Amino acid sequence: MASCCNEFSRSSLVRGAVAEAASGLPAIEPGMPLPAGTGLDRRSFVLRSAGLALAVYGAGALELPLYEDGVLAAAEAAPNQPVLVSLFLDGGADSLSLLAPVGDPDYKKLRPKLALPDSGLAFTEDPRLRWHPSAASLRTLHLEGKLTVLPTVGYTDADQSHFTSRHYWEVGATNAGLRTGWLGRYLDKAGRPDNPLQGLSLDGELSPTIATKKAPVAALRGADQYSYWAPGVWGDVEREMLATLAPLGRARGARDKALASLANTATQASRLRNQLSVFTSKPGGSNRFGSPVPYPQHRSSFPDRLAGLAAMLAAGLPLRCVALRAYGMYDTHADQPDSLAQGLKLTSETLLAFQRDLEARGLADRVLTLVWSEFGRRGEENGSLGTDHGAAGVSLLMGTRARGQMVGELPQLHNALDRNGNLKATVDFRSIYTSLLEQWFDFDAAAAIPNARAYRRLQLVK
Amino acid sequence: MPHAAARIPVYRGEFGPVEAERLLWRAGFGPRRGQSRALARKGLDGAVKSLTAPGRGRMVGPKPRDDKGRPLAPRDAWGHDHLWWLDRMVRSNRPLVERMTLIWHDWFATSNDGVGSQTLMLRQNALFRRYWLGSFEHLLLAVTKDPAMLLWLSGTDNSKWSPNENYARELMELFTLGAGRGYTERDVREQARALTGFRNDWHRNVGPTNFRFDRERHDVGVKRIFGKRGKFDWRDSCRLCLHHGNHPSFFVQKLWSYFIPVAPPRSTQKALEHLYVSRDYAVRPVVEAILKHPLLYNGPRMVKPPIVLTAGLLRASRRGIDSESWTWLCANAGQQLFFPPNVAGWNDERWLDTASYLARWDIAGRVTRPAILDPGKVHAPFDADKLVDRALRFWGNPSISPKTRRVLRAYTKRAMRTANQEWKRKSYPPLIENSLRHLIAVSPDLQTS
Repeated sequence: MASCCNEFSRSSLVRGAVAEAASGLPAIEPGMPLPAGTGLDRRSFVLRSAGLALAVYGAGALELPLYEDGVLAAAEAAPNQPVLVSLFLDGGADSLSLLAPVGDPDYKKLRPKLALPDSGLAFTEDPRLRWHPSAASLRTLHLEGKLTVLPTVGYTDADQSHFTSRHYWEVGATNAGLRTGWLGRYLDKAGRPDNPLQGLSLDGELSPTIATKKAPVAALRGADQYSYWAPGVWGDVEREMLATLAPLGRARGARDKALASLANTATQASRLRNQLSVFTSKPGGSNRFGSPVPYPQHRSSFPDRLAGLAAMLAAGLPLRCVALRAYGMYDTHADQPDSLAQGLKLTSETLLAFQRDLEARGLADRVLTLVWSEFGRRGEENGSLGTDHGAAGVSLLMGTRARGQMVGELPQLHNALDRNGNLKATVDFRSIYTSLLEQWFDFDAAAAIPNARAYRRLQLVK
Repeated sequence: MPHAAARIPVYRGEFGPVEAERLLWRAGFGPRRGQSRALARKGLDGAVKSLTAPGRGRMVGPKPRDDKGRPLAPRDAWGHDHLWWLDRMVRSNRPLVERMTLIWHDWFATSNDGVGSQTLMLRQNALFRRYWLGSFEHLLLAVTKDPAMLLWLSGTDNSKWSPNENYARELMELFTLGAGRGYTERDVREQARALTGFRNDWHRNVGPTNFRFDRERHDVGVKRIFGKRGKFDWRDSCRLCLHHGNHPSFFVQKLWSYFIPVAPPRSTQKALEHLYVSRDYAVRPVVEAILKHPLLYNGPRMVKPPIVLTAGLLRASRRGIDSESWTWLCANAGQQLFFPPNVAGWNDERWLDTASYLARWDIAGRVTRPAILDPGKVHAPFDADKLVDRALRFWGNPSISPKTRRVLRAYTKRAMRTANQEWKRKSYPPLIENSLRHLIAVSPDLQTS
């Protein structure tokens, strides 16, 4: 573990919270919307029953220990509730590369250098399209009928600021002032007042998508948050040293309250350290989640996060909405071929492993994963082997219960672009949200999405 | 010596380095190297006197620096207020001044979360330091019109047209009498009326400013408080609380609890109350009596508050403030200065849980880090007792119990047994010494006093 990263992330968390609280310290640039959930009360907390180090948001109303009971009660009350995973491709993923219209005569004109070869992996629902070679795992899922492709999703007059467009997607409305996420509003209505795991962010900080007004939600603190690090100590000595934590804490017995409290805490901390290594140890260990299938081996923690998620679901934890960022940087203004391929490859392979994992654990029918990006890219490539911000982008819905057939379409390119040369949306992102709330959560979409009636419902769940 | 003080028991046992060490932790931030021994030589009376009547203030050791080696900016930079005060705790030659300042910060717990101005928080901090062992009456009057407090408990929102009960309630519940101890809801409302009249302006560049009492906003009518009638104002409000029959017991019990974790015997409690009142609400004689009480030396141990632990480890290892990390490390352990969790202050019963224990581990490791021994460069003996002794020396030879020593020694033996190859026999001893320093700092002996 690099100590500087650990320190940086922790201090930036603390600073972040303060920047929001104190006046005169703008959290973001002027004119940009404040992310949903900004300023929400946050408290760190170790959920002992689940062995998880959490930051709980919106926890003002309850004493933290009450969440222990809430989590257990929620797990017992609804053991098989449906789970929705929101996976964000950060930066604006290029849909014309993920599913390249090689059969379209205009494609090579728009993308003289970036165009993918005709010989790529066929997309069975549209003979013009080829899967990006790094997305072969998505093709596998699609062939099995477990992946719905929505090639052109967006909204009218797409905002081309990352920050603003992402905010719209997160809050489920083109409203810069909204402070709760679309799944957060669902949890406020349908969730429990005492189960922070119902909305779980796996990126270590609150994902605005699940930001609530009242209901508690949680972020799993960074991967190494409950690790005991000793400077200048390693190997056998470190192992023996950490094994001494509990006996040292108990060394003076429990004659008075202070010593008893220390003995007890050191013992609990030591036990917890062992338990937590299940979900939060650093990347690179071999199969510590007990995954029945292999995940990609990679320095990034992304495969671990989904492997850990499957393990948490298998352990019966009462999760409902889960949000995280995918691996990769999709804002490909330059050097798109390499950068996009890297992101797509690990993300797709991990998604396939996650799906296989859920299937092997008998959880597949309970989990849907929505993959989205804040916008797509410009139809025409730029001069630096990249593409600039566009409008409509691609969304995917993965799961055995996903319909598995394309929703919306990618028209012929000469008709597909707006006057700015960006893909036009054939599906509004709020159509996805309203349809998922109704078909997956059996929930009245009007209670979470403003003006829900205005959006065409799509058959997304089978 | 007044009659009251005569009835308060005084510790008559041996006052050696161990007792001096405990006194330095309870009334300060632990010993510097050799300080326990030096203090023990003064005897109990001399030792207490040196704390309650110290000489001129002086900062000992290197000036505090931020991560880039620059001076601190306590009024402006986030977290530097915490570092600035921590530095005083580490370097001041008048530790009880800082400890009393910390006690008042907890007693009149004001959080910058509600004040939003490091400048005003530091101004309040200076107030606490000025009144450290002085008159509680003067302190209470000064705090009541302190700008940070006026913002924190809505003092400047409290006017005759729309009374705000925030300060009135806490004045009685938390500062002078205790919850449910001899006042009614009507007293709260009437106290709020008496406390009306403070106001401030708002300036675009400096924020809240020009705090003052404005007769126009004050309710000059007759109030009825604790059964007394009068045209009371804010000074009367404070004095009515001080003269309330339940104040002395509240004051003594609360002040005592900062130094000794079990309640005083009834006779001691009564005698301390009498001492307090007979000396016109002076804090010094009460603190002196508590610091000489047998229960401080032969009573149970106390968990050190995170900030006391941090300052003490830095003092013991002769390290100054050279990093900004202490702010978030202490915050993780549950105590960021100027940010008490609420108006009731920090809860001394609840310092330890699995999360704050990890933070205490991190603090200990962070103190040892710059001095870690590199096995490639440093030799250390392959001898368990010597390794434990060397590690204790790093912390200035704090007293540790034989039981703790046994656990450390047993660990050292186990770690040495893992050295099953020649290169390990050479390189493990420095690692073990590093680990022992760290373990000693999280042992019950250093985490409690």
